[in-house]
Amino acid sequence: MDINVRVNGKTYTRDVEPRLLLVDFIRDHLAMTGTNIGCDTTQCGACTIHLDGKAVKSCTVLAVQADGSEVTTIEGIGKPSALHPMQAAFQDNHGLQCGYCTPGMIMAAIKLVEERGEMNDDEVRHGLEGNLCRCTGYENIVKSVQAAANDMGVAHSPFEADPAAHHETLREAEARAAARSHE
Amino acid sequence: MTAIRPFGHDQRRLEDPRMITGQAKYTDDFVLPGMVHLAVVRSPYAHANIVSVDTSAALEMPGVLGVWTGQDMVDAGFGGIPCAWVVPDAGTVTPNHPPIAIDKVRYVGDAVAIVVADDDYVAKDAAMVVEVDYDELPACTDGEKAHADGAPQLHDDAPNNQCFHWTVSGGDVEAAFNEADIVVGERIINQRLVPVAMEPRSALAQWSSGMGELTLWTTSQNPHIVRFLLSLDTGIPEHKIRVIAPDVGGGFGSKIPHYPEDSMTIFASQQLDRPVKWTETRSENFQATIHGRDHIQDVEMAAKSDGTITGLRAKVWANLGAYLSTASTGVPTILHGLMLSGAYTIPNIHEDVYGMFTNTTPVDAYRGAGRPEATFMVERLVDLVAKKLDMDPVAIREKNLIPPFTEGHEVATGLIYDTGNYQAALDKAKDMAGYDELRAQQAAARAEGRYIGIGVCTYSEICGLGPSEVAGAVGFGGGLWESAIVRFHPSGKVRLMVGINPHGQGEQTTFAQIVADQLGVPTEDVDVQYGDTAQTAMGWGTYGSRSTPVASGAMMGAIDKIKDKGRKIAAHLLEASTADIEFEDGKFYVRGSPESSMTIQDIALAANTAWNMPDGVEPGLEASAFFNPSNFVYPFGAHIAVVEVDPDTGEIDFQRYIAVDDCGPQINPMIVEGQIHGGIAQGVAQALWEGVQYSEDGQLLTSSLMDYAIPKAEYFPKFELGHTVTPTDVNPLGVKGIGETGTIGSTPAIYGAVLDALAPLGVEQVHMPLTPERVWRAIQEAKA
Repeated sequence: MDINVRVNGKTYTRDVEPRLLLVDFIRDHLAMTGTNIGCDTTQCGACTIHLDGKAVKSCTVLAVQADGSEVTTIEGIGKPSALHPMQAAFQDNHGLQCGYCTPGMIMAAIKLVEERGEMNDDEVRHGLEGNLCRCTGYENIVKSVQAAANDMGVAHSPFEADPAAHHETLREAEARAAARSHE
Repeated sequence: MTAIRPFGHDQRRLEDPRMITGQAKYTDDFVLPGMVHLAVVRSPYAHANIVSVDTSAALEMPGVLGVWTGQDMVDAGFGGIPCAWVVPDAGTVTPNHPPIAIDKVRYVGDAVAIVVADDDYVAKDAAMVVEVDYDELPACTDGEKAHADGAPQLHDDAPNNQCFHWTVSGGDVEAAFNEADIVVGERIINQRLVPVAMEPRSALAQWSSGMGELTLWTTSQNPHIVRFLLSLDTGIPEHKIRVIAPDVGGGFGSKIPHYPEDSMTIFASQQLDRPVKWTETRSENFQATIHGRDHIQDVEMAAKSDGTITGLRAKVWANLGAYLSTASTGVPTILHGLMLSGAYTIPNIHEDVYGMFTNTTPVDAYRGAGRPEATFMVERLVDLVAKKLDMDPVAIREKNLIPPFTEGHEVATGLIYDTGNYQAALDKAKDMAGYDELRAQQAAARAEGRYIGIGVCTYSEICGLGPSEVAGAVGFGGGLWESAIVRFHPSGKVRLMVGINPHGQGEQTTFAQIVADQLGVPTEDVDVQYGDTAQTAMGWGTYGSRSTPVASGAMMGAIDKIKDKGRKIAAHLLEASTADIEFEDGKFYVRGSPESSMTIQDIALAANTAWNMPDGVEPGLEASAFFNPSNFVYPFGAHIAVVEVDPDTGEIDFQRYIAVDDCGPQINPMIVEGQIHGGIAQGVAQALWEGVQYSEDGQLLTSSLMDYAIPKAEYFPKFELGHTVTPTDVNPLGVKGIGETGTIGSTPAIYGAVLDALAPLGVEQVHMPLTPERVWRAIQEAKA
């Protein structure tokens, strides 16, 4: 079947099998490998993309269902030289370790923040229930999403805004942990 | 103004720009010209004879390039998958592990045939029409039952399915139990877990028949070990094998082993003279990637009436699965049994460990690997002693903790812990938790009919593996040293090449910080290379929280050589004596005249151009060094968990988690915290949610993320972290590992909290995971 899909601002026309999953279309046919596959049961969310403005798991959509649609993948969100605030927040707050769940997590978090705005801890945690991470224990992901929610649309980095943050001492880090413990 | 040094400070990770923009390259992301796809036909039975394999229907499918069975690989000269850790003095047997089963399948997921097609979808379709005729056999999935006479036998050379019987003994355990005032004990089920790294495994083999060379891209924590083992079972000489582990999406031990699929892709690439890629589905991951833990432990502790612990004895059935994986026999012995003293003075210890074959997925290292199974046992027994003597869990620990030591402390199992101050960590955790206040709140809540529980764990763990002499003595088939190459480019930029292989832990950043700190160059000027056997220093990989404590020693050796050479060149160019050259903050200067100086970048240029070198000094500014640690390192800490249990539903409200961990000086506190967060999440998950279920006949019931409970963000409260800093004397920077402490400390702490909450209800024990159903049933049984 011929399909036309607009991905990251560019239209692609391809002849695909009806059973082809959208995630395989993106990875194998368009060679955009930023979107990862972590499961086969729509549990993990590693393959989350934006389809016509909604965060969806691209392993659960057929490529033919995306015919005529607008798709954004992690590659379309920002570059290292011009990061999306959510990407910057993940780096600033150590919201990733192995990086595998990260593209999907960022794509899901962007839509979560666009829909909900600023959120408390609990709201972020529940908002990300469709995305699994095995490395971080989620704590710094929650922090990242809250930081991004605070500044979405404003390029912001605590490291750039406050160079001193770059040089935090161990003692300060401890004080920070202690302060958190009293929250 | 004092310059801020890179060591000891938060710094954003150098790994991140590629990972947050979708530019990271994991194995499955690689596409080579002519590349084709491999799918594996797997056994649906736990135990069966293979009567016949009919590949004709698959071969007829358009796009299918070949279908092969186990015998085809044998005929091509491929051997069994080697086990790299054969624990000695234990009668260990190592049955053959063919990459594709030949006569018999031994677990659900065992490979029976492989299919290669030009399209991944077609390969999977074709795998489904390979017709295998099985003669099903009785199966056994339980490590203890497998030992019984009459149990289904897996391997002819392992009578009673026993792989080994290993013991550790220290002191006089019989006397300790005979003379004890009290003895406590129970049967602990340290249940089987699935690592579930978010990136599934993948292998891409490119064989060049013209060059006689193999390149294998694979999801590995230790590419050099994979290369070494491949040279044993593929017949390809080691110098003709290049193993590349590109970005690796988490491992937690599950990407240590050399897996059958590595060999399958290599075999297929040789057959077809084309690159062959295999990537597992998550369902395959549950079946065919190693599992962790799975101990049945019968344990006892002896103590005096004042709470002094005098002895520990245990008998353990360690389920190894159907075949030996790479490190299978070392995990439940060396990494488990030698740690039974925990953080305490326990003068008399004896343990028998039986390694058992069963019709289940092979079991190997999963985060903590042996130490969680030891720590949970010890901590549980300490809690039982406290309960029997009506002592507070903190008081019993304070009574028995090893006092502070700085020059080695020998425990009854023979290990010599490096440095420790356990009481200080416990004091800090108590302070952060507000322990006395918590106990008061608990008492008040109980009076209102609410069940709050507080759990405490004080642990010490063995990591930084380790002295190579010890590795050899305990049957590990390799060294455990590390090496590093530091190379200055002419422009003053630095390349560091190491043999460890981080896969989320952030050493691209922390190792750059070490080099930058020592050599006075900007962190961004240091490029850290790892993961490619053709382009990095030899090393033994990333596991056992060893990368930083071991590889940093090699880095420091190379750095010292760079400084020494730099001094000679600076002395020559500054017309001074080498003995008068000082090095500080990236500058070589003449002692007493700091204005007479050269930067290390100046020296790098001078050395690389070699226009004017001192006599007898070679061009270039590069050094390599090896580091074989004199001992393991022993990080430690104290964790406190707070929960509330709803007695009507058995649900657990996870309220607070306080963790104080000591890994010595921290290179990047932000990254240390991240390691602890992730570790806690995995350890808590064992206590509360995760557990593999097999049916009686060996069907894996928890075979996808739909029925195996990987925790979500909403399951956790905010973690409260603190640290103490006790350097080790084992390596020059004093650093200990931090990758596994969170997992090791958290399972006992959260378990203790739940049992503490349930104590007034008369509940004595609940097996992990503490699901609401199990907790509710335990409450009902206690009522009855």
